[in-house]
Amino acid sequence: MTYTAPVKDIAFVLNNVIGLDAIAKLPGFEDATPDLVDAILDESARFTGEVLAPLNVIGDQQGSTWTENGVKTPEGWSDAYNQFIEAGWGALAFPTEFGGQGLPMCVSAAVQEMWHSANMSFGLCPLLTQGAVDALVHHASEEMQSKYLPKMVEGTWSGTMNLTEPQAGTDLAAIRTTAEPSGDHFLIKGQKIYITYGDHDMTENIIHLVLARLPDAPEGVKGISLFVVPKFMVNDDGSVGEQNDVKCVSIEHKLGINASPTCVMQYGDKGGAVGYLVGKEHHGLMYMFTMMNQARHAVGVEGYGISERAYQQALSYAKDRKQGKTMLGTSEDDQGIVNHPDVRRILMTMRSSIEAMRGLALECAAAFDVASSHPDKDVREKHQRRGELLTPLVKGWSTELGVELCSLGVQVHGGMGFIEETGAAQHLRDSRIAPIYEGTTAIQANDLIGRKTARDGGQGMSELLADMQATLNVLEGIDHVDLKAVSKRLSAAVKAAEEATKWLLRQNDATLPSATSVEYLMMQGRLAGGWMIARAALAAYGVKSDEGADHAYLDTKMALARYYSERMLPLVESGCTIVTESAESTISVAVDQL
Amino acid sequence: MKILVGAKRVLDYNVKARVKADKSGIELANVKMSMNPFDEIAVEEALRLKEAGHAEEVIVLSIGPAQSQETIRTGLAMGADRGILIETDELLEPLAIVKLFKHIVEKESPGMVVLGKQAIDDDCNQTAQMLSALTGMSQATFASKVEVDGDHLNVTREVDAGLETIRVKSPAVISTDLRLNEPRYAKLPNIMKAKKKPLEVIPVADTGVDVSSGLSVVEVNEPPTREAGVIVSSVAELVEKLRDEAKVI
Repeated sequence: MTYTAPVKDIAFVLNNVIGLDAIAKLPGFEDATPDLVDAILDESARFTGEVLAPLNVIGDQQGSTWTENGVKTPEGWSDAYNQFIEAGWGALAFPTEFGGQGLPMCVSAAVQEMWHSANMSFGLCPLLTQGAVDALVHHASEEMQSKYLPKMVEGTWSGTMNLTEPQAGTDLAAIRTTAEPSGDHFLIKGQKIYITYGDHDMTENIIHLVLARLPDAPEGVKGISLFVVPKFMVNDDGSVGEQNDVKCVSIEHKLGINASPTCVMQYGDKGGAVGYLVGKEHHGLMYMFTMMNQARHAVGVEGYGISERAYQQALSYAKDRKQGKTMLGTSEDDQGIVNHPDVRRILMTMRSSIEAMRGLALECAAAFDVASSHPDKDVREKHQRRGELLTPLVKGWSTELGVELCSLGVQVHGGMGFIEETGAAQHLRDSRIAPIYEGTTAIQANDLIGRKTARDGGQGMSELLADMQATLNVLEGIDHVDLKAVSKRLSAAVKAAEEATKWLLRQNDATLPSATSVEYLMMQGRLAGGWMIARAALAAYGVKSDEGADHAYLDTKMALARYYSERMLPLVESGCTIVTESAESTISVAVDQL
Repeated sequence: MKILVGAKRVLDYNVKARVKADKSGIELANVKMSMNPFDEIAVEEALRLKEAGHAEEVIVLSIGPAQSQETIRTGLAMGADRGILIETDELLEPLAIVKLFKHIVEKESPGMVVLGKQAIDDDCNQTAQMLSALTGMSQATFASKVEVDGDHLNVTREVDAGLETIRVKSPAVISTDLRLNEPRYAKLPNIMKAKKKPLEVIPVADTGVDVSSGLSVVEVNEPPTREAGVIVSSVAELVEKLRDEAKVI
């Protein structure tokens, strides 16, 4: 099954909804003009469609394999990776001083959607490198940066993030890996698990970022430091030297993303892996958290990226497959199951939800772009707050919904969907990891109700709801049948969100909110997505009178917004009921009665 | 040596062409347009010749509306040095296109002109041959291999009987066939640099070339839809149908 990147839809969000032209006026982003971004999206579409997408099934079937001499990626993987870095795709958003292109995060996210649609297992390698690069850009010494960053930005070396240990998953305070001082470096000993691309054969070196404890470290999260541990030692001239004392001892057999090696990494079996401290001692977890927003955002993009692939496959099948006389088909030749109303329901749910998620993720990325580059400090702070507030929604909501949509994609295929050969099942299996890694949905929900809502007394959330109200004020003045329907449901949903937030802020104890926090996250995600798709519909309405406007396309944008509003936004209202009423019953039954 | 390459903006090869309601042509509004695939091969060949040290500069020329600048930028992103657009909103016929190419050839004196053998929209396959005739440059069409040998070129051509290698004197016009090369993907840094490369826009009127047309389009129609086939019961019936109905034997 092929993949054709939805360049027109992506460009529509960038140009007409989030306002790329304004971002291109910010200092440092001057290159990101709409015409250049169009050229980038076009070429990325070609590359992902022609090079990465055809490897998706091969990757699933062959998987990466463990050998005594290291992990082998599937057939064609290494060659595709070489083409990928040769074309410079990995370096898109990195700072120009290290060889990156310095483009805004919203453009980077737009391009990364295509990686994950085309081949999610492949996309994870550069995604992890990006996380490691971010950490080094923000916290490493100049010397360390000049030693590692240029090759990592180029993609010649990949990066990993080593946090998890068997007893320390969500609770990183339980980390036991140790770091003993030894001259100008440290000796790292311990085991790390779930290390994505911890070992592979696509790059000449792998730079591991490892959380470990110094001998005198305090207990808990305040005693964790961050280290750089290269797979191969790096000589002073930048060349790659002998192998460090780090090894992948096995890889996991998983539900999905089979081509992405999930490694168990053993450090220091021969006395200690050479590691170098990043920044100050005991600050490791904080350093990891500065890049967490970005990494979580990137996983949210995976959520709708994989849904887009599932949608394209389902749509193509639904047009082709004939079963029974349809109610919507107009002729003998027009009897694909796409013309059964319920199949339309599924396809409309997929398409409109993907557009809502894409809008939200790019809005969030644009907020971080303004936060990083705007000359006015107040504007920067406001947008930082907005980006941080939206991040758990992008991550939590888009990945959960992504699984639902990939499941719907299977459903369109009927029995064929359950057969692996069809390919629809792979997307469902691959999508299932996204609500788990980089912080489970519950972690996102805790982040949303705690750090992002309760901590500032609901300020960030009320700013967001006020912006939605401003959109509603514009919508209400327009006499258009679709927009009127959008306005009606969006208005009710905003009120429901206000009520749920008030309930949340009234609670003195976190126990009850924690019992319904995921529902709160989901309702806020649905609402924020609804706001974005409403803005897309408004934008479409606005440009409809332009000369040469594509009426069929713009009318579709409005129809999608209406469907989403009528089908998904009522769930925000029921979500409010669930959040405020179901907390006590959730925890009322004793464990021994479960 | 300079190499001049032609790049036409055409309906993207993935888009299903639809005839306009008034049958005046193909619907081009709001559909994806890209560089003619044979022209991409031409750009690629020019870049390879430059990289092999046979040329100093690759110039991409397009003739068409203002949006053809995007097509030229695609060539610049692949690695060409500069672009020229002769801007016109009229759909020009091959002879007019060739006269405009000649105008630029006289101005730039390229040692080689590389063109796609045909554009996938009108499939004319005339530009290279007529340009050779009008300029007196050698011609080597349907190239599947190009070798520079001093001031000569050895060009392998795909012809009905197989492969034919001819030797032509420079300057020459070459037209590219499908198997000449596989065009590269543009690199991200080059896409960004392409924006800053020189692109000269010349209104067609400023060239002084007579582009008036001797042809007019009467009507454009969809090809007839294919009729359902029949299953024949015997070889005899098959032969009979081939002879009497299909009239092919």
